Amino acid sequence: MTSALSVSALAKHYGGLEALKDISFQAGTGELVAVVGPNGAGKTTLLSIIAGIQTPSAGTVDRTAGDVGWAPQQPALYSKLSVAENLELFARLEGIADPQAAVARMLEQSGLGGRAHEPVGRLSGGNRQRVNVALGLIADPPVLALDEPSASLDPGQRERLWEFLAARVANGTTVVFSTHNVSEAQRYAHRLLVLADGRLLFDDVAAALLERGGESAGGDLELALVRFLGEHA
Amino acid sequence: MRWLLRKDLLILRRSRLLVVLLVVYPVAIALLIGFAISRSPARPRVAIVDQAAPGATIKVGSQRVAVGEYARQLFNQVQAVEVPSRAQAIAKVKSGEVLAAVVIPSDIAARVSSATEKAQVEVLYNGDALEQSLVQSTLDSALAQANLGFSAQIQQAAGAVIGSLLKGGKLGSIGAPEDLIGLEQIPPTLGKIIARQPRGHDRMELERIDTFAGFAAQNLTLSRAVLATIGQPIRVNSVLLHGRRTPLNTFAVVVAVSVSLMFVCVLLAAGGVALEREESALARLIRSPPGLISREALLAEKTLLAAGCAFVIAFAMLAGIAAFVALDWSRVVLWVIALAVGAVALGALGVAIGALAREVRAASLLAFLTTLPLAFLALVPGGSVSGGFYDAINAISFVFPFKAALQALDTAVNGAAPSMGFSLIHLAVLAAVFGALARVGLREVE
Repeated sequence: MTSALSVSALAKHYGGLEALKDISFQAGTGELVAVVGPNGAGKTTLLSIIAGIQTPSAGTVDRTAGDVGWAPQQPALYSKLSVAENLELFARLEGIADPQAAVARMLEQSGLGGRAHEPVGRLSGGNRQRVNVALGLIADPPVLALDEPSASLDPGQRERLWEFLAARVANGTTVVFSTHNVSEAQRYAHRLLVLADGRLLFDDVAAALLERGGESAGGDLELALVRFLGEHA
Repeated sequence: MRWLLRKDLLILRRSRLLVVLLVVYPVAIALLIGFAISRSPARPRVAIVDQAAPGATIKVGSQRVAVGEYARQLFNQVQAVEVPSRAQAIAKVKSGEVLAAVVIPSDIAARVSSATEKAQVEVLYNGDALEQSLVQSTLDSALAQANLGFSAQIQQAAGAVIGSLLKGGKLGSIGAPEDLIGLEQIPPTLGKIIARQPRGHDRMELERIDTFAGFAAQNLTLSRAVLATIGQPIRVNSVLLHGRRTPLNTFAVVVAVSVSLMFVCVLLAAGGVALEREESALARLIRSPPGLISREALLAEKTLLAAGCAFVIAFAMLAGIAAFVALDWSRVVLWVIALAVGAVALGALGVAIGALAREVRAASLLAFLTTLPLAFLALVPGGSVSGGFYDAINAISFVFPFKAALQALDTAVNGAAPSMGFSLIHLAVLAAVFGALARVGLREVE
């Protein structure tokens, strides 16, 4: 698997606070990587730096494969504009050659074609999140960074969102996403990164984390994660 | 930048209430300020109790001046409400029907005529400290004007008496001789008599009387001029040092338009930047690399959008007002320059507020808190407050673009100063400073 994203010795300081310490990992083309960890672990900071929202204090993010698409936890949309207008605006700002075609493609992939002309402010949280992710994907980036994409969604909405993302991953898009929902990470991610106190403690498949949790975890990844974090506290 | 501009215009078009408020509120505030400045206070409504006997006069030598003349002078200065008694006057003041009451006492004629006791009128007023101060200064001015007019009448009577003394003839007062010789006639008449007198003691005595009569006539002639000088000892000659005199109503137009320009610019620019943060879109727009738009371009877009909208509103206001107030259309190019540069500087202030405030409600509140005092501080006239405080007001006004925009527009519309170059440079510098501040405010987007 060729590397689409390479993060090397990344660190971020806010004054005296070390939000990230020496983080290094790679993500291959078409790989779905979940970033899990407790609150304040540095998940959002890591994804923000990968997406270019924040600059690292040290280390590098290699985006040579191309731009990184970005979908923040809070949907970054203009609520007075319709779904199609939001998509068209960002398609034009991204400098896409045929913005109308890109809008049509994203409307189809996100399943929002029927609501294209509805103001985003009137959409449900799930549909807003789908538009939010669609905006991150409109320029067809090789890598997509998603910060807790399913945080405010009900199970049905979550399912539809992951179907949408799975289709992109199948086409070779690399997705790095943060989540508190460990079972979601277990179900959809190819690999797990566990962050705590700004340090990368684990970088492997979910099964490896279950093994680390031991038999007492009983195949429960969430319990295995809690045990694992307890060991490293 | 053009797609972002198009997006903002689309959002504005869909925010009708916001647009209406943005236009109506500043225009209403501006018109209120304009009216307050341009309308001189109406004559105060004052109750007048004239207790002097009807037809009472003041005797000045052989002349008489009607006491009613004083009341007439006072009536000219105020909106007079004649009241028969002091008690009724007090009731009217207490009820607020009149601002104050003036009681002209019954003995006013006797006191003025006595020349030993000063005549006085009584002023009754009510209200809080501010109202008392206003009433007192308004009435002081009205009474001073009435006194001046009345004193002119007395001077005129005194002048007539002096004239009679100089020219002679019938003085008109009881007991005076029917055909009195005038002081001016004494020297020539006496000269003829002296010429016929032999040299000696009697002739010398007559010559001394002749000299005195000539001297007295000369000095009495002078005293007429002296009386006029006492009435108004110093005449005021006003000289405007810079530019041309600006009529109050056209200055009020400039103030009204400048206030509108400021409100629309600052509120729109501050709200525009803050909205990008509130919608969480800012990070998506200016992340790097490569970034969809640079921070500088984003700030420029918001500034230009606000400046453009405010320019249209302000120019429409000027053009509309020009239908009622005579404005010089030949200076329209200067109007455009002053409005455009002022709008950009005020827009820069707005984006700085928006970048620092981070959310629309906070930005709007901060914009109001900034603009309202700026408008009032810029209008505080020199000399109305203490020197140090006025310097502080000037310093505050100098570091914000409103006063410079007002001065530039005043020059453009009224030719109030010889050149508006300094104001334009000042505005350009302030635009750069507030633009830089806004850039600092956008340093962190998350």
